[in-house]
This record gives sequence, structure tokens and C-alpha cells, in this order.
Amino acid sequence: MDWGAIFSNAAVELISPTTAAYALAALGLAVHFGYTGLLNFGQAGFMALGAYGYAISILTFGFPVWGAFLVGVGASVIFALILGIPTLRLRADYLAIVTIAAAEIVRLLFTTNTYASVTGSANGLSGYKNEFAALNPLADGTYGFGPFTNNAYDTWLRIVAWSIVILAALLVWQIMRSPWGRVIKGIREDEDAVRALGKNVYAYKMQSLIFGGVLGTIAGMIFALPRAVVPSNYQTTLTFFIYAILLLGGAATVLGPIIGSMIFWVLLSFFSGFVARAVEAGWLPFMTSIQGGQLRFILVGVAIMLIVIFRPQGIFGNKKELAFVR
Amino acid sequence: MSANAVPQAAAPLEPPVPTKKPVKTTGLHIGEAAPGCAKVDPILVVDNVRRTFGGLTAVDVAHVEVPRGAITALIGPNGAGKTTLFNLLTGFDKPDGGKWTFDGRSLAGVPAYKVARMGQIRTFQLTKALGLLTVMDNMLLGAKGQTGENMFRALMPFLWRNQEEENRAKALDLLTRFKLDTKKNDYAASLSGGQRKLLEMARALMSDPTLVMLDEPMAGVNPALTQSLLDHILNLKSQGMTVLFVEHDMHMVRHIADWVIVMAEGKVVAEGDPHEVMQNPAVIDAYLGQHHDEDIGVDPDAETEHVSAIKELLDDER
Repeated sequence: MDWGAIFSNAAVELISPTTAAYALAALGLAVHFGYTGLLNFGQAGFMALGAYGYAISILTFGFPVWGAFLVGVGASVIFALILGIPTLRLRADYLAIVTIAAAEIVRLLFTTNTYASVTGSANGLSGYKNEFAALNPLADGTYGFGPFTNNAYDTWLRIVAWSIVILAALLVWQIMRSPWGRVIKGIREDEDAVRALGKNVYAYKMQSLIFGGVLGTIAGMIFALPRAVVPSNYQTTLTFFIYAILLLGGAATVLGPIIGSMIFWVLLSFFSGFVARAVEAGWLPFMTSIQGGQLRFILVGVAIMLIVIFRPQGIFGNKKELAFVR
Repeated sequence: MSANAVPQAAAPLEPPVPTKKPVKTTGLHIGEAAPGCAKVDPILVVDNVRRTFGGLTAVDVAHVEVPRGAITALIGPNGAGKTTLFNLLTGFDKPDGGKWTFDGRSLAGVPAYKVARMGQIRTFQLTKALGLLTVMDNMLLGAKGQTGENMFRALMPFLWRNQEEENRAKALDLLTRFKLDTKKNDYAASLSGGQRKLLEMARALMSDPTLVMLDEPMAGVNPALTQSLLDHILNLKSQGMTVLFVEHDMHMVRHIADWVIVMAEGKVVAEGDPHEVMQNPAVIDAYLGQHHDEDIGVDPDAETEHVSAIKELLDDER
């Protein structure tokens, strides 16, 4: 058993762009669910809009990187408005239903053959990385140490991805300790009480939906940069993985989604490496290597369940916040 | 409270009786004290407000005026439509029809948050303390016109830091008056029921309202806190605010209200001075039913709480 390779592969995930993308999407969800109490089950839809908005702008319209970025963000603002205008006046659970359905509509719209020339249908899109790579100020070569050694493009991508995550974390931290954040948290507790104090609850919920959605959209772009944009990546399971990360780290925290994403990906990679090699070594005779590939999700599920049972507030959550029955 | 308040001895076995007698405001109405009578200086005027739930008419108020600078009680048996009327007047519910004005401005169709911004602040029957916010954050949420509540300005603390400090000082002052200052950093969820009522009232005062609407401020409050709540309500009047409150505790109504509006089955059935209105046949009918003095073979011991409360009050008056 090559433990070195297993641990080194797991360590790679610690700072991978995918981890950064999940962290950012979970941060957006923390704004929605943890701070505002909005049950958004369509974060995958926001991410898809980011990925496709970026890829289509570059491939079809030849936009520069910043233009493609703005197209993605604009698309998610419009998406948030379409979701929010009819549902934010209603009870919280309606938003959950609408968002989960809307995210599926977005995914299926990108899958349909009708727009295959633009969206690439089920095969998705690729070949949009050159514009981003051209902005790379790093000279060719390898950077980093140990398991974190990467070529110039991957290093550049990691630097940009984690800078965005840190920037977004600071932004969320600052805005949640401002009077705006106080209103937002008040809405989570009881929106009628906040309304009775003269705050336009509807407008605040809309701002929160847009803010968290834009974070999800940028996460979608980071998610798309190391791979191709394929519609099947944006299924509802993506949203649920992000919820798992959020609960793991702590719903109403800033560091929780980031550390939660790191733990999630390191664990996933560790189990995947461990199970694959255990099957190879004949430790699990009842299992094929294909079945082993699925087992990692079961093990991650068990690990997350244990954390939620024994530390329900998440890793960074405040124990006091859960000590009271709502 | 006023300097010429007269101490009053507490009778045994009675609900906590205030130690000082509040100064009543009189001469509020024009003409006879009848349902819908005109007031000298009304702050809230309601005309033909109707709200039905299916076949049930919950509220059908033809005309009523709430006097400015006084404490007005809204009483009536359960299901009389008091809370529904509150919800309608504060924009939390939409009536089938009718109009109402606050300080001369029409409020029909105005959303709840705008009503609150105009200076008409309400509290709720079931207290709505924001449990997982600290007591101080609860208070700060009540302040009006905060620069930092704009999403973009929130990111620039130098724009709102001074205002925040002012609000904090004001909140601390209010919390001290309501004896909650030692709790300021605790979660509101850790407060007792009575303390939450106090917090909700203090929070409402953060916006310097002109009309405070309290929905059953005494419900579920232990007797030790009742006195302090009563004093706070009386203080609101002495600070120039108008108070409209819903209450079931007749002793409290009689003690602090300057004017009483009685509702039954959605309508205003009587109005008047708290001592006189209790003797009004319409009020007795509303609470006891129209045939309360006829013997219809009912066990006389089986009196409800309301019946005995009203009888006790009537006896007190004689």
C-alpha cells in the first residue's frame, strides 16, 4: 500500500482550484442560508450560469476575460431577480422549491440539442482557457514544493482562485458585521419583527439573494477553469455537496465554508485513493474497482454525519447559537 | 411620573396594584362618548375598514378615532377582531376595503415597513425578540435612518461608525431604563418571557415613534414585572407619545388607560372613559351575552374568568 501517494494526492486537494470554487460557492450559500435564512437549493444553477456565461462569452463572442466575467455575473443577477421577484414575498420553503427547479431548468437548457452550436449540448464546452492563461505573469517552469508543485498555469490559477476566495471572505465578514448584516440576521430570526421596525425586508432578501448568487457564479467560473464545462457537473448533487460543506464548517460563519471545503475535498481524495488501492491489494474482495469509486461518497457521507451529530453547529459555528430551541 | 401622584394602598389578594396613581388625560372627545365619536385631536382615524376571512367578518369598523397624546385601550372578548384591526392598521394585513389616516396621511395600501418609518411602531402579541441576535443588536435594529443599512455603504465603516456609536449610546440608555443593560451582550433567546416583552418595547422606542401600538403587553408577564411594564407605558405618555394597546387585564386597563374602545364581533360597540365604559350595557352584553341577568338554569358557580372579572370591576366601581 502506497500511503505516501494517498496522502500526497489528498494534500493536493487542499489548495486545488476546485476546492476554492466549492469554498466560494459555500460562502455564497452561507450568505443565503446561514445569515439570511433563505433556502436556496439552486446554487448549482448559479454556478452553471457562471461557467457557461464565461465560456460562451469567450468562445462565441470573443470577449476578453473581464468581459466574460461581467457577462457571467450579469446573468446571475438576472437569474436571482427572476427567482426572487415572485418567491421572496412568500414563505421560505417556496424559494427552496423554485430554486431547485430553476437550477434544473438552467442545466437542461444548456443540455438541449437546440442550442448545441453555442452550448455544446451534453458534451459541453472547452478551449476557453487561453485568454486566462495569457494573463499569467509567471514565467514557464514549476512552482511550489512537495505535493503542491505545479506548472505556471496551474499556479497562476491557484493564486487567482484563492485570492478571490480571500477577498470574498473579507467582504462577507465586513458586510455581516455592519448594520446591513444586522438587518439580514434579523430577517433570519423573524422577518415580521424586522418589518415592524421599518426595514424593507423584501429588498434586503433580494440583495442577499443576488450577493450570494454572484459568489456562486464566480465559483462556477473558477470551477470551469481547470476542466471543461459539462452540464452534468451542475446537477442538484453539486448543490447538496455545497450544503454538506456549509454544515460541516458552520452555516453562519465566514471561515466555515472555506475550511469545510478543504476538509471535504481532502477527505474525498483520501478515501478515493485509499479505497482504490485497498481494492487493488485485495483487502476488499467483495468489491470491484468501479464499486470502490462509489464507496468514497458513502464514507464521506458517514464522516459528515458524524460531524453533524457530534458537532451540529459545524466546526466554526457558535455552540450557543444552537443551544436554544427555535 | 408626575409629582402630584397620590400613593394608593394595595389591597390584599389583588393583582399587583401600582403604588402611584397615574394622571389621567381627560376631555379627549367632542360630544357624547359614543362609538365613533369625534376626538379633539385624533392621531389615527379609521373609516369603514372591513376584513373578512371567508364567511367570517373579523373586522368591520365604521368609524373610530384615537386621541393624540393619550393612552387608549382596545378591549373586547376573544375573537372580537382586536389583533386583526392592529394588523390592518400597521400594514401587516390588507383589508377588503376602507381607509385610515395616521397624522393626516392616508395609510391604505402602505406596506408595513413604511408605516413603521412614519412613526407608528407596533409590538406583537407573541413576542418577537430576535433570539439569536444579542440584546444590543436587537436594540440597534430599531434605530431609524441608518447609513450602514445600505448594502454598499455597509462596506465603508467610516461612513456609519459615528452614527452607530450614537445609536449604541441611545440603546444603552434605553436598556438601562428597562433594566436590561446587564444583559446587553446576551442572546435575546436567553431572556425570560417578561424580559422579552420589555426588550420589544425598548426596541420599538429606538425609532422615536409618535404612536406606539402594543398588542397585549401584559400577556405572560409575571406580576413582579407587570408594575415596571405599566410604569414604562405611562412614561411613554409623559414623553409625548400616543399609546394604543390591546389588553385583557381589566385592572390594568382601568389603571392606566385614558380612553377605552370596546370591540365585539368586529365592530366598535362602545367608547369612553375607562370607569364609565365598564358600566355600558353594550360592553356587559359583549362580554357576558345579552341574557346574562336572566336565569336560564345554568349553574351560577360556573362563571368564566371574564364574568367574574367584570363583576368584580362593577363591584369596585360602586
